Amino acid sequence: MAECGRVDSNTSHTMDKSITLPPDEIFRNLENAKRFAIDIGGSLTKLAYYSTVQHKVAKVRSFDHTAKYSDISPPYLYEISMQEEVTARLHFIKFENAYIETCLDFIKDHLVNTETKVIKATGGGAHKFKELIERKLGLKVDKEDEMTCLIKGCNFVLRNIPHEAFVYAKHADSEFRFQTTNPDIFPYLLVNIGSGVSIVKVESEDKFERIGGSSIGGGTFWGLGALLTKTKRFDELLQLASKGQHASVDMLVKDIYGGSYGYLGLTGDLIASSFGKSATADKEFSKEDMAKSLLHMISNDIGQLACLYAKLHNLSRVYFGGFFIRGHPVTMHTITYSINFFTKGEVQALFLRHEGYLGAIGAFLKGAEEDNPNQYSWGENYAGSSGLMSVSPDMNPMQRARSGTFDMLEMDRLERQLVNLPLLQDPSSYIPDTVDLTEDAPAREYWLYCFEEALDGVVKRAVASQPDMPEAALRAEKFRQKYRHKLQTLRQQPFAYGSLTVRSLLDTREHCLNEFNFPDPYSKIKQRENDIALKYYQKAVKSLDELSWEEKQFALVRGVLAGNVFDWGAKAVSEPAFMPLGGQTDFCIFFFIPLSERPWLVDSYDQWLERLKGPPHKCALFFVDNSGVDIILGVMPFVRELLSRGTEVVLASNSGPALNDVTNGELQILTERIAAMDPVIEAGLREDRLLLVQSGSSSPCLDLRLVVLVCDSTSLLFPSRLDKVLAMVVRERQTDLVIIEGMGRAIHTNYYAMLSCESLKMAVIKNSWLADRLGGKLFSVVFKYEVPVGKPNKDCGAFSPC
Amino acid sequence: MKQLCHHLAFPWFGMDIGGTLVKLVYFEPKDITAEEEQEEVENLKSIRRYLTSNTAYGKTGIRDVHLELQDLTLCGRKGNLHFIRFPTHDLPAFLQMGRDKHFSSLHTTLCATGGGAYKFESDFRMMADLELHKLDELDCLIRGVLYLDSVMSSGPSECYYFENPADPDHCVQKPCTLENPYPLLLVNIGSGVSILAVYSEDNYKRVTGTSLGGGTFLGLCCLLTGCSTFEEALEMASQGESTRVDKLVRDIYGGDYERFGLPGWAVASSFGNMMSKEKRESVSKEDLARATLVTITNNIGSITRMCALNENIETVLFVGNFLRVNTLSMKLLAYAMDYWSKGQLKALFLRHEGYFGAVGALLELLHPS
Repeated sequence: MAECGRVDSNTSHTMDKSITLPPDEIFRNLENAKRFAIDIGGSLTKLAYYSTVQHKVAKVRSFDHTAKYSDISPPYLYEISMQEEVTARLHFIKFENAYIETCLDFIKDHLVNTETKVIKATGGGAHKFKELIERKLGLKVDKEDEMTCLIKGCNFVLRNIPHEAFVYAKHADSEFRFQTTNPDIFPYLLVNIGSGVSIVKVESEDKFERIGGSSIGGGTFWGLGALLTKTKRFDELLQLASKGQHASVDMLVKDIYGGSYGYLGLTGDLIASSFGKSATADKEFSKEDMAKSLLHMISNDIGQLACLYAKLHNLSRVYFGGFFIRGHPVTMHTITYSINFFTKGEVQALFLRHEGYLGAIGAFLKGAEEDNPNQYSWGENYAGSSGLMSVSPDMNPMQRARSGTFDMLEMDRLERQLVNLPLLQDPSSYIPDTVDLTEDAPAREYWLYCFEEALDGVVKRAVASQPDMPEAALRAEKFRQKYRHKLQTLRQQPFAYGSLTVRSLLDTREHCLNEFNFPDPYSKIKQRENDIALKYYQKAVKSLDELSWEEKQFALVRGVLAGNVFDWGAKAVSEPAFMPLGGQTDFCIFFFIPLSERPWLVDSYDQWLERLKGPPHKCALFFVDNSGVDIILGVMPFVRELLSRGTEVVLASNSGPALNDVTNGELQILTERIAAMDPVIEAGLREDRLLLVQSGSSSPCLDLRLVVLVCDSTSLLFPSRLDKVLAMVVRERQTDLVIIEGMGRAIHTNYYAMLSCESLKMAVIKNSWLADRLGGKLFSVVFKYEVPVGKPNKDCGAFSPC
Repeated sequence: MKQLCHHLAFPWFGMDIGGTLVKLVYFEPKDITAEEEQEEVENLKSIRRYLTSNTAYGKTGIRDVHLELQDLTLCGRKGNLHFIRFPTHDLPAFLQMGRDKHFSSLHTTLCATGGGAYKFESDFRMMADLELHKLDELDCLIRGVLYLDSVMSSGPSECYYFENPADPDHCVQKPCTLENPYPLLLVNIGSGVSILAVYSEDNYKRVTGTSLGGGTFLGLCCLLTGCSTFEEALEMASQGESTRVDKLVRDIYGGDYERFGLPGWAVASSFGNMMSKEKRESVSKEDLARATLVTITNNIGSITRMCALNENIETVLFVGNFLRVNTLSMKLLAYAMDYWSKGQLKALFLRHEGYFGAVGALLELLHPS
């Protein structure tokens, strides 16, 4: 009965075109842009392009160690070099149509490398601006179907962006409740509220159908609203509506019944007849009240139809988009209310963070089909993306329009495709993060403060990591500004990038560091620590071997925990009082680490020990943490013991650098060196019982849904045999134990992760605030050994939620 | 039961107090014996005379003479059934009249339904010394519909439909009956809309409702055109052109949107053209009234169709006072049902549009369920 048409562009107001653009901030990396797409709507233009980004990566390369280790050795175990790497990035920019000419001019001036002759275009305005685009850019405009683009874009963001979809709750502490990414996105219903409404059922990547619609949509609100209130702009109408009282215009159930209609369970406040009270010639109604009544009328109507279609097609995921919704809390609230009412809470209205970009993303993907962009995974780059803007209804509409004038989204192509770790008990309910800072205000304040406090140190370390580059200080300063700005944004809008978590704060910092070419600020520190720790390896192993079996098991666990205290990323450890320890790492200090005595804060060591007395595990997957003492003197002896027991070990380390975490590249060199000193490790590698794989992550935290699928670990010793797929390795080797080490991976994330096999989570709490919150002291120990329900040895570690 | 009601004292009234209109049905006995006549108190006679000799009451009360059912046998009594309506906001005047005519002295039970039966219960008591027997409006509605369709009457058939709804030149009203009507989707369009699925005489459920109903049409028309009555609004609508106000599929796509099977004439955005200032200035009040009528009607059609699909029902019966003298909307609904369901759905209408609740209330008086 209706369709999804866009708004007339001649209805959009004229904006001040003289605002100076900071174009290099907006059209980033344009000189390397390869391919374009554009989506021109009623008032906003969305430009998409693909570029190649050159940035520095830190690589480690082993020195030639063919000579025996104890003989003449080079100053360092390995050398660090900075290399240029080219990665792919998607850029999406949203701006007012008023800027379109200025923007096209800028693009034209900076377009040097593009080979493309075509620009994909969609949206109602594509036709109107076709000639302008072709003339300015010299590219042929190739129009794509609007709905197809919209759906393609929607599939793309749902698949690639964590926390893309959210539920809106006006009166909740945090208005946005983000949904966990479900790898299975189909089927769903997309209700696109443009000037009319289109209701589309999406069943798979290529299969979608417009199952219905309505002519009562955003255009009705705008058109009828303009007639009733003499207010011309859509935003202003919403503003009016947010201040109005609809009960003076609408006839409510209580106006007819005097109260509720109890027999049918209809409450008195329910609207019986929209505008039912305005059927009189002798009464004036305020603009605000009429706008509010109109908003309710239209939102309820759309919600009702959406529910009827959802019911008919048996769909429970219903996403809403279109200019009527686009970030407007007022309409998100009324639609949410309507859906809740008509489905009695069974269906939740879902909204998308990047809803405004769907058409542009889809048009871009249409044009890039030969590059097969869907075969890759893409990640939102927090450094280059604006995030969800503040949508407070109190904000002046002009201000809103301005603040949203240029909005950006950047996505980096991940080098590998990421999949779920097969050992997750229930991937659809898995939430990596232990605390959602969006909902926990005290924790949010603490962590934001903490990251801001640590910023000076990070800047210093970043500069120190590049002693040969004089302009590093300037770049580091830019990094500081960018990250501080991000923190400030997050303080105001914690929901800007989805649920705020310690992980996302860390990731944002990494993205910002990379943005300014500081790929690995800890590289030098890691190098030094690794060198020193290696010197003590044999001594450590020897002293462990002198212990009785039971003493040894405890010493091994204690070793992993003590090693984990050596952490340059942790606040307490980098504090002055602790500096001597960290600074002059010495083997004897390793034993004097101020670990708390048993019983630990979470302590299932006894159960673990009991388990060790039983048959060996088939294969253990070990997610490791820091370089230096941690990996070499803590983890490796533990691994050695597992190998000796007959357990195969898969060591998973970060693909890219993050803080002082050991990277896969570094770990390969370290393992090779250790193998040269230790026959157990050497045999493990040789016999393929010890495997090094990448975790796919460049974060100090760990999301088990995003574990690398293609493992291109090129081992120096046995390259061909180790080239395996992690997910496959885990299956093939029948992994029956997962060990997760460190605060980032075992406490900030995965603390509650339920695995389908035995798991061991070990960490030392190196943050006094967190320790406090967990009811322990600084350096409290978490030792959580769990056996999935249904298997022997029930879960023993228990402590209340962080 | 029959015997009981035979001795039920006159007058026999059924009342439905809605959000906008009060609907009153009155049974005028024509078989009064001389003996009865003698016993009849003066008040009763005066009420009968007042109601049957006038066609308008006060400033706003109207008797729909064309709907009157003559020679009806009700509870063994022969007589005429009268249909009277007045705006709900004039209820105080009605109560005053009841008081002046000492209605309460007749010791009759006044069966009333609709929300007003609850809202104004105390007013009836305080102002006219009358006790209301309150009845549920949906129960009454269904009872009234089934009764009026079944009574033998010399007048035109109660139920009808439109033949050739897609062809304006050949679209004609055709009589029919509600034989084997179940399951039936009953859409009552008053100020708001209620949609019921009826499976048998006493088995029904309210499927849903919408607040976009007759009250919305009139309310918006009053705001947009300055009119003040339903008749005025309809008159304007009949002279307007909604396509100047609405944005059609062809306004966006230049023709049909074939990819999704949308014809060019379909409305893409109701009032969509009104986003533009120039177009706002160029439309007439009549155009706006017509667009309002089309918007509300099509929306009801759309929701009805979805309910019919969800409930798996093919017969749709539209009632309610929104359809009074509103052939435009009826034809639109008939067409919408037919077109969008590809002929699967059939829209039926009833002559006594908005009076079924009141009739149901009267029946409740005579045959308490």
